[in-house]
Amino acid sequence: MNNLVLVNLPFIVVALLLAVGFYTIGFKRNLIKVVIGVEILEGAVNLFLIALGYVKGAYAPIYTMAPKEAANNMVLPTPQALTLTSIVIGVAVSALMLAFAVNIYRHYGTLDVTKARRLRG
Amino acid sequence: MIEHLPALMVAVPLFGAFTTPLLKKKPSAAALWALAITAVTLGLGVLLVMEVLTRGMMVYVFGADEPGLVLPSGYSVPIRIIFEVDAMGAFMALSAVLMSFIGAMYSYSHVKLETGLEKYYALLLLLEVGILGMVLTGDLFNLFVFLEIAGIAGSALVGFRNYRGEASEAGLKYLIVSAVASLMVLFSIGLLYGQYGNLNIAYLSSQIGFNTVDMIALGILFASFVMKCGSVPTHHWVPDAYTEVPSGINPVLLVATYASLYALFRVSFSLFGTISLSMSSVGWIMSVLGVLTMFIGVTMALVQKDVKRLMSYHAISQTGYMLLGVGVGLTVLNDPAKLAAFGRDAMAGGIFHIINHIIYKSLLLMTAGALFYVTGTRNLNEMGGLARKMPYTTVAFIVGAAAISGIPPFNGFASKFLIYETSYQLNPLLAIFAMVTSVLTLASFVKVFASAFLGPPVKRYENVREVPKPMVVAMLILAALCILFGLFPNIVLDKLVYPAVDALLNLNGYQTWGGVL
Repeated sequence: MNNLVLVNLPFIVVALLLAVGFYTIGFKRNLIKVVIGVEILEGAVNLFLIALGYVKGAYAPIYTMAPKEAANNMVLPTPQALTLTSIVIGVAVSALMLAFAVNIYRHYGTLDVTKARRLRG
Repeated sequence: MIEHLPALMVAVPLFGAFTTPLLKKKPSAAALWALAITAVTLGLGVLLVMEVLTRGMMVYVFGADEPGLVLPSGYSVPIRIIFEVDAMGAFMALSAVLMSFIGAMYSYSHVKLETGLEKYYALLLLLEVGILGMVLTGDLFNLFVFLEIAGIAGSALVGFRNYRGEASEAGLKYLIVSAVASLMVLFSIGLLYGQYGNLNIAYLSSQIGFNTVDMIALGILFASFVMKCGSVPTHHWVPDAYTEVPSGINPVLLVATYASLYALFRVSFSLFGTISLSMSSVGWIMSVLGVLTMFIGVTMALVQKDVKRLMSYHAISQTGYMLLGVGVGLTVLNDPAKLAAFGRDAMAGGIFHIINHIIYKSLLLMTAGALFYVTGTRNLNEMGGLARKMPYTTVAFIVGAAAISGIPPFNGFASKFLIYETSYQLNPLLAIFAMVTSVLTLASFVKVFASAFLGPPVKRYENVREVPKPMVVAMLILAALCILFGLFPNIVLDKLVYPAVDALLNLNGYQTWGGVL
């Protein structure tokens, strides 16, 4: 039982992070906090990808001077490549979101999402 | 060169996007350069469509000749980035390249007085790259990357007029929706990769066995793409984004929205196609979402005073027609008799409506942009008597309004009629809702026409003149396309739309890459 929890610990953390991220996006009123919520979601998804790719006791991927016993015992590099790409994209997204938040603060004088609402109807 | 077309379609606008900022000192040179790049891409797109329609599906493997890695044991598995272009993808690519060209042409005058134009055109080309990548790719992760490119470029363009707070507000809304949707897409890609160890759509669809995790992945993918294509109940970002974006970008942003719709169809028909036995409930969900979307969209449009906002709500309502048409097809997917009787035609109606709607809604949003260009306001109550001053814009508006209301012989009628006929055979209630929506659409456009173009001349606009030539030319091209597609719908249906429908239905051909594997 204890072992089951330990093995699935990354996935439990992913589920928790997803819940926290969605809560933050949905219920927080400060724009910066909403942006942080998106970042938490991104962290959850990245952790999920990394946890998928991890194999206990296997060798690191693309390991040129690998010992003989690593021949059929290497981790696939794909999830790690996916995560790197997703991190880079995530940086661009968060930079743009924060730029928008700064611009909104400059024009509206507030970061409260319930007050910065000129577009409606 | 022909065999490299799928790669060139992405490479040329990408090259353009990274060279445009070099022309920082000369904004009009940047505009002409972007126009040239989009024109070249348009040529490539036409070539690609002709190639795909005559020779069948194109498979392009980046960095190798063969799509699969064959192990000594004879086990063959696709590992590289593979572009897989069938008639449906080519159809969407044609819409994208056409609308980018028109948008670049219209922008030449429309945003001439703004600053930072080299960034504007770079983002326009980047948005085109994102759309083309999404519709041409055969790889799930690649789809996510291009989805994010389109989302980032699109929201940066929505917030382009950064001296207005509203633009940033709309941009942030669009970006949050698109970031959450694409992160969830990535999550479900992870779910599928964890089970089947591959990212290729064709390979995955032949492996998929619909266990609980697949069902979760389908649900997440469906919800995310529905969110990105602006269907009810997650339609709130559409009116803001379409209103605040400069009118020259509207055509491209519309295609970007429908690229998500394309991804939704691809997921439903190709990725989860083998489990089509249980797909009819998904089809019903899609049809009901479509009906709700069209009805809620049009009723919210009726009360708007801002002319662009009104048209944006119509964009939501028209998305409903596409969802309804293709949803009806998806509902009867596993019933060959019904599929032949009306399912295929329903899908043709839905897919034909995509290109028709892109044409006439771009036209309408451009006329709204023209009104904004000359009057400086988007409020309908402050306009009036502009018909005499702006004859070309008026003609373009009338054509667009007639087309969106489904009046023959304009193009909206051709596709809407197909949808009415076929959805009636599934359930008469669906067709009734579609027709009521059409009538309400006409009502709201009569209101716009009366208050902006007719009525006594307003003193403030005594000296206004017709908008500059590039804007007029862009609008007249689209108006001509509206009439052409309406007069000869059979040609378009036979040459472009039915091949696209058959490509969606031909799961076997997609899985085997048209016989390559």
